[in-house]
Amino acid sequence: MAAATSQLTREKIRAAWIFLVPMMLVLLAVAGWPLLRTIWLGFTDAKLSQPGSGQWIGFENYLFWLDYGEGDGEWIGLLADPTWWRAVWNTVYFTVIACTIETLLGLIVALVLNAEFAGRGFVRAAILVPWAIPTIVSAKMWDWMMNDQFGILNDMFLKIGLISAPIAWTAQPETAMAAVIIVDVWKTTPFMALLILAGMQMLPGDIYEAARVDGIHPVKVFFKVTLPLIRPAIMVAVIFRMLDSLRIFDLIYVLTPNNAQTVTMSVYARQHLFDFDNFAYGSAASTLLFLIIAGITILYIYAGRLNLSGDK
Amino acid sequence: MRNRLLKQVGLWVLIVIISVYALFPFYYAIITSFKSGSAIFSVTYLPDSFSMANYIGVLGSGHFPRNIVNSVIVATAVVILSLLLAITASYALARVRFKGRGILLFTILSVSMFPQIAVLAGLFEMVRGLGLYNTLFSLILAYMIFTLPFTVWVLTTFMRDLPVELEEAAIVDGAKPHQIIFKVFMPLMWPALVTTGLLAFISAWNEFLFALTFVSNNEQRTVPVAIALLSGATEQEIPWGPIMAASVIVTVPLVILVLIFQRRIVAGLTAGAVKG
Repeated sequence: MAAATSQLTREKIRAAWIFLVPMMLVLLAVAGWPLLRTIWLGFTDAKLSQPGSGQWIGFENYLFWLDYGEGDGEWIGLLADPTWWRAVWNTVYFTVIACTIETLLGLIVALVLNAEFAGRGFVRAAILVPWAIPTIVSAKMWDWMMNDQFGILNDMFLKIGLISAPIAWTAQPETAMAAVIIVDVWKTTPFMALLILAGMQMLPGDIYEAARVDGIHPVKVFFKVTLPLIRPAIMVAVIFRMLDSLRIFDLIYVLTPNNAQTVTMSVYARQHLFDFDNFAYGSAASTLLFLIIAGITILYIYAGRLNLSGDK
Repeated sequence: MRNRLLKQVGLWVLIVIISVYALFPFYYAIITSFKSGSAIFSVTYLPDSFSMANYIGVLGSGHFPRNIVNSVIVATAVVILSLLLAITASYALARVRFKGRGILLFTILSVSMFPQIAVLAGLFEMVRGLGLYNTLFSLILAYMIFTLPFTVWVLTTFMRDLPVELEEAAIVDGAKPHQIIFKVFMPLMWPALVTTGLLAFISAWNEFLFALTFVSNNEQRTVPVAIALLSGATEQEIPWGPIMAASVIVTVPLVILVLIFQRRIVAGLTAGAVKG
């Protein structure tokens, strides 16, 4: 009997590997290999026209002492490039501000959707609309709404008296980042709200019943009971959003192109890869961005102690 | 009593604000798309004209109809391919205990968090090397990087929860693993397949970075890039009317799909994140 079982198990495991191989090959081809090539290209002097013919130059794309002779010279390369650090700062700034606003708004929307009221289905459907709209389309829609001369946003704000003169939201350096954040918040708060709502709906109802019987104020219940219990759900949602924000590209490419205030790491890397003919240098920037995101992901997986194999 | 009334009013104010905030930009895009000529330059909050000129302009000339077909082809192919690869793989990951399963799942999860830009240079080189530059195949291939890990992940969590008795009964009857998948599990998996397929379709339909990089001629472009690059006769003159019409055309089918499958999508999104 034991022999028969292990025979069956072995057969099953063999079938499992046959099932897995096609999927693994595809992932290797579209993720593994290109990633390794990108990292390698970052150590070469490859050009856009002939990426394959680059020569190994070590860390020169990252940091390199350009010697002018007689003790004179300067540091060049990614790590010495102020525009790269500017892009890093822009990305971090965007991520922190946008994710904070999205979490707070998402929490409010989730609380509202968790309440019982007629038409709840309608509101839940309504907040899915921004999520479903392609990023490029939402960028264009908001670009039009934020138009300096004919935009409805300026019209609204002028009518309420919030501003005294029209603002060129996407063009001015002072408001460009705010414009990007406004659109991102509109587009991604639904995702946040739905994840937090899912967390809320898993909470047992009897604790609220007990709190109500004891006459505890709802605000206190929220901070002492609800918030601690849904914290894991919020954390997961925040980290998903953060990883997404750190690689933001589309929205900025369409909404605020050529605005130094909003160049993020992804935008910087793509500019060097394809617009400035700095293929190798852009690959080095992509590699750094990858390392940053990988670091955060590993931190998250350790902090969350995810149970990956599904074993109890 | 007054307190309760106040709470009700507060709740409804919030509900109205949330709904208007979520829907207004799309509503405004729709009313703009029906304005033609100089009407577009006067701000109105209610629809005041119904001109089809922008729609006729966008659909009647140029490459936009072709771009829509391209997007449909790419997104459909991506869905079919990733579901086919994921169904069998997720059976193995959910139902068979073997060495290295944890590491494999970990790798798949990591790939789903890859920043696209990290593979852009390497993929570009590969696409050019394989002669796929300026073809839709380049996009179908490249999109596997985000649809496949997600599909495998969600289907694995779904399959893990299917009753073990079903499988045991099938094994007793002498069913082979592929028969278990396609004859026993498939009929139960339709909800999960619809959800993941729909989410994969939407992400392929909306993708921009790869589409911008791997295709450079107007005929082979997909809709997000086509909309981003719509330009007027002169550099300064942005054709807002046609852009809004094009935006509405590509968004309405998505919104309808999302509203029909609302519950499934929410379930799929949370399965991808919360259980992950």
